Amino acid sequence: MLRDMRTVVWKEIKEILGQQGRFKGGKVGMLIFLAVFGIVLPLQNGPDWIRSPLVLIYWAWVPFLLASGVVADSFAGERERHTLETLLASRLTDRAILAGKIGAAVVYAWGLTLVCVLAGAAAINIAYGQGRLLFYAAPVAAGIVGLTFLVALLASGLGVLVSLRAATVRQAQQTFSIAFLLMFIPLFVLPMLPADLKAKLLAAVSGLDAMAAALVVILILAVADAVILAVADARFRRNRLILD
Amino acid sequence: MSEIVIRTENLGRDFKTVRAVDGLDLEVPAGIVFGFLGPNGAGKTTTIRLLLGLLEPSRGRAEVLGRDVAARGAEVRALSGALLEQSGLYERLSAADNLEYYGRIWRLSEADRRARIRELLGHFGLWDRRGEPAGRWSRGMKQKLAVARALLHRPRLVFLDEPTAGLDPVAAASLRDDLAGLAAREGATVFLTTHNLDEAERLCRRVAIIRSGRLLAEGPVDELKRGPAAPATDVRGRGFTPALTGRIGALPGVAGVEAADGRLTVIWKEAPDTSALLRALVDGGAEVDEITARKATFEAAFLKLVKDEGEENASCSAI
Repeated sequence: MLRDMRTVVWKEIKEILGQQGRFKGGKVGMLIFLAVFGIVLPLQNGPDWIRSPLVLIYWAWVPFLLASGVVADSFAGERERHTLETLLASRLTDRAILAGKIGAAVVYAWGLTLVCVLAGAAAINIAYGQGRLLFYAAPVAAGIVGLTFLVALLASGLGVLVSLRAATVRQAQQTFSIAFLLMFIPLFVLPMLPADLKAKLLAAVSGLDAMAAALVVILILAVADAVILAVADARFRRNRLILD
Repeated sequence: MSEIVIRTENLGRDFKTVRAVDGLDLEVPAGIVFGFLGPNGAGKTTTIRLLLGLLEPSRGRAEVLGRDVAARGAEVRALSGALLEQSGLYERLSAADNLEYYGRIWRLSEADRRARIRELLGHFGLWDRRGEPAGRWSRGMKQKLAVARALLHRPRLVFLDEPTAGLDPVAAASLRDDLAGLAAREGATVFLTTHNLDEAERLCRRVAIIRSGRLLAEGPVDELKRGPAAPATDVRGRGFTPALTGRIGALPGVAGVEAADGRLTVIWKEAPDTSALLRALVDGGAEVDEITARKATFEAAFLKLVKDEGEENASCSAI
């Protein structure tokens, strides 16, 4: 199955890189993204960019943004461009197709995020290094790698799940945007909580150090990823897709 | 007896209130181009989807390449090639990359992929433009590329769903010639759906005709021509008495005689014996102004079959 998955990833990445006239895809879009997130923002923030563990919060959003730009196209795009049925009539198994689609979005989003992370570190070293090597502390680096992977997987899995049932890419993007907004629900709910519960929650959170909090988030994300992947696997049915 | 590559027994598929395929019993021998004909909405595409295991049947069963499709659909797909209703090409990818992708999907080795892509694109005259995005090509070129993709892994069975639909006559003729040549050279069984009767007559050794999901006829084209649209002779003149029509009806090879309004129509069971008919007319005292042989054509046979079925059961597609 890994070989088939790699084949699907190969095609998807080739299509993403070949996209023209779209900001979020294509080589030009990638270069702009790299320039903004890998050079401009790190230089604006200075050495804190790699010293502070709070940088984890920033990096967690980047793969989500990147994956959301390409993943809506995964099945809805194939359906819209009438290539899905031919793909389903091939020897690829359901799981290989699904894993390939999710894998491609992860490779793109996570890969480009890590390139931005490294470019940011390089930019900081060039601007502020003064002969010394400045780099993320090992736990922060590990946190960035793990967190960005899990976020990329979550966004890709969620996006593929939405794209599976969407008739068009636009519909998939709209649904995905709504799902994205739902993630902000805690921010709206928090002020409405009873004062004593709010105080307890704040005390629990403020008691955590940044790395412990990151670990909790990573664990929650790992569980969410597992759930999303299981749901996507259960919902991917060749004959349902043909009828859709 | 030759191997049977497709066998269906009472195969059926319903979509809500519509019976798309209805009790289909079919046998397709190996190594031929088999035409699956019918008007739009007859159930041709649904049948292909059922045979490829892309849809589950509502009843009955299908066996393709010796495998039960319901249980071993993945194996059937692995051994088959398909050009479905849409060409299914990735228009942002180049022609070569489209074939490269499917070559990888079918797990051809790198060397085999290269050789096969060159061979097929060369055969279709597309090799020099292999680097262009498929989306920039004409419809005829895209269809050729899609046929090349369906044949890439040398499948034993190829499903081609209306491959020349929407092509201009020149592109259609060119693709037809290529298909005939390739089918013969590759030795694959081709299951071809079309509503182009000329195409079916030229390419197919055997054909099946369906309407409203029901099989109306199956057999070699020549045999079907002789069936419902048997050859006939029309005679215009006078003196077609009941005694004369009786004598003509008794002639060898005559299936039936109708006389009305100065016109006599003789239906033949086999090749018409016009000289015997003329002798009978002259001996019977008829005056003949004009005599015309009506040849059995595949189109006439097809239209008669489809029309008869339509009249017989106008609402057969509804459950």
